[in-house]
Amino acid sequence: MQLVLEKRAERSRTIALVSPLIAIALTLITMSVLFAILGKNPITALGVYFIAPLTDGYSLQEIAVKATPLVMIAIGLSLCYLANAWNIGAEGQFLIGAVAGSWIAVTTQGTEAGHWVLPAMLVAGAVAGALYALIPALCRVRFGASEILTSLMLVYVADLLLDYLVRGPWRDPAGFNFPTTAEFDPVATVPVLIEGGRLHLGSIIALIVVAGAFVLLDRTIKGFEIRVVGVAPRAARFGGFNANQLVLLTFAVSGALAGLAGIIEVAGPIGHLQPGISPGYGFTAIIVAFLGRLNPIGILIAGLFLALTFIGGEQAQITMKIPLDVTKVFQGILLFYVLACDSLILYRFKLVFAARQVQSAAR
Amino acid sequence: MLLVEAIILSVLAASTPLLLAATGELVTERAGVLNLGVEGMMIVGAACGFAGAWVSGSIIVGALCGIVAGMLTSLIFAFMTLGLAVNQVATGLALTILGIGLSGLIGARFVGERITTAPKLSIPGLTDIPLVGRILFGEDAFVYLSLALIIGVWWFLYRTRAGLVLRACGDNHVSAHALGYPVLRIRMLAVLFGGACAGLAGAYLPLAYTPFFIPGMTAGRGWIALALVVFASWRPGRLVIGAYLFGAVTILQLHAQGAGVGIPSQFMSALPYLATVIVLVLLSRARTGGSTAPAALGTVFVPDR
Repeated sequence: MQLVLEKRAERSRTIALVSPLIAIALTLITMSVLFAILGKNPITALGVYFIAPLTDGYSLQEIAVKATPLVMIAIGLSLCYLANAWNIGAEGQFLIGAVAGSWIAVTTQGTEAGHWVLPAMLVAGAVAGALYALIPALCRVRFGASEILTSLMLVYVADLLLDYLVRGPWRDPAGFNFPTTAEFDPVATVPVLIEGGRLHLGSIIALIVVAGAFVLLDRTIKGFEIRVVGVAPRAARFGGFNANQLVLLTFAVSGALAGLAGIIEVAGPIGHLQPGISPGYGFTAIIVAFLGRLNPIGILIAGLFLALTFIGGEQAQITMKIPLDVTKVFQGILLFYVLACDSLILYRFKLVFAARQVQSAAR
Repeated sequence: MLLVEAIILSVLAASTPLLLAATGELVTERAGVLNLGVEGMMIVGAACGFAGAWVSGSIIVGALCGIVAGMLTSLIFAFMTLGLAVNQVATGLALTILGIGLSGLIGARFVGERITTAPKLSIPGLTDIPLVGRILFGEDAFVYLSLALIIGVWWFLYRTRAGLVLRACGDNHVSAHALGYPVLRIRMLAVLFGGACAGLAGAYLPLAYTPFFIPGMTAGRGWIALALVVFASWRPGRLVIGAYLFGAVTILQLHAQGAGVGIPSQFMSALPYLATVIVLVLLSRARTGGSTAPAALGTVFVPDR
């Protein structure tokens, strides 16, 4: 028996729509098996993971809070991946954005600085993220160095820089030697939308980013260029599109979005700069981008879904003592299934049995 | 022991996991497959290797567990990219994400446990030679194995017919297929070899480098191994030089931190990663007249019947 791929005459539209759903279904089945192996009741565990967080207001807000950075980063990454530029260092750009924005918060701390502080922080985060993303992009365009490896190496560098700052120059003198800055001033904090709630302005910004990406890809020539360069590089060359310029552009935009997400996370839900500000948002966003089919609306839905797994994972750890690593396993398996199901859009899978093989060989 | 001797010994130890993982990836890439999941396969190998050694009390069993774990994870990659023709870059990333989660899950109950690390070779007379004795005749088995492996790979790639066929698959899969070679099967074997090497490289960390397992202990070594293959221009000889050079950078920054150089430790720790970026840039720049990468590297191949 052998698995054979047969190219479809054209992309299957039906499968393009249902493939993420098939992938999620397959992931849930696999996870049930994993829960059973861990000695937990799969039905209860899946309930805690995927249903319980949807039933109370606090968790619903928390899902939106977690989805905010995921969606913003994934939108940027989707532009890169559409243009065939492989930015996998979004985690680093997120951290650098957080660091750059925090610099303004830390230096204005306790002064009479007015309401310009927060906007300035957001701009600083976005600019720093974009510049940091331009390093691997320039290395690829100028020198032909693999952007995959360089962008990833810079994640470790950003992580160490943040670690140095909060343990050294920016450490809160009144913080009992904990590696953290002081709590940001109110003018340096992203406001919450509902008094006493968790939902903050960043979620609105994420929605604006989704809308912006939709318009860019669907209604502008630049968006068309991005898609053509990725799908048909030769056609793009004949069309006179500058592929290198698009690599720089998509990297800069995705770096800016990741950096913005970073400073929003620090100035919003967290409130100060510390190590471990990201539970791997930059990497999870890669899954979000693919699960959302590199489409802005799809990414919004996928971001909410993966945020659900973060919240569900935390609750499962508390109530069922299921290790947090299960969430990462879940995310990895999901990405595998998403990619495998995507293959169905271009190919038909056929199982060929030995007897038929002999036949076709004889022909 | 002299400081120089101590440094060389620790450089050899730090380089060995890089060399092992990069050797596997070199073979995989020469067959035309780009497996970015080295980090994931390594960390699973580290967790399973430690688990095996802790349960059985044997380093050899631990190493075998690491190898098998690496091969099993690479099998998922092979099925996806070769069987289902999925994009290799994305699949490699998925493998890394999955591997980090799996290793945390497997290794969770072993955190805090200790084992005795792999014994060092000791030949009376030879190992006692001052200065060079311990460096040449006093290493653990992994160090010798990694060198034997890369020599074996060189011989295989350049001196055997099978090696020639493997390189043909990496350079032009259409021609190799037309000549009747089973491209996908050859690539699958290459991926499995890469997985075995990455698993062993991961297992080396808790079995010989440190006597315990901590989550995320590979700390990007899998990615550095990937960069090393580029650094080596896909040639085994240069790979050895590259691996030891990177091991040296890692160790020197540790010694500099220990010696209390007035630079914050985080900056020193960032050196190996920055060095990787700089080396990639310099090498890619020097190589303007056509790439030395296998021509079909990273491309999907679906045989038409």
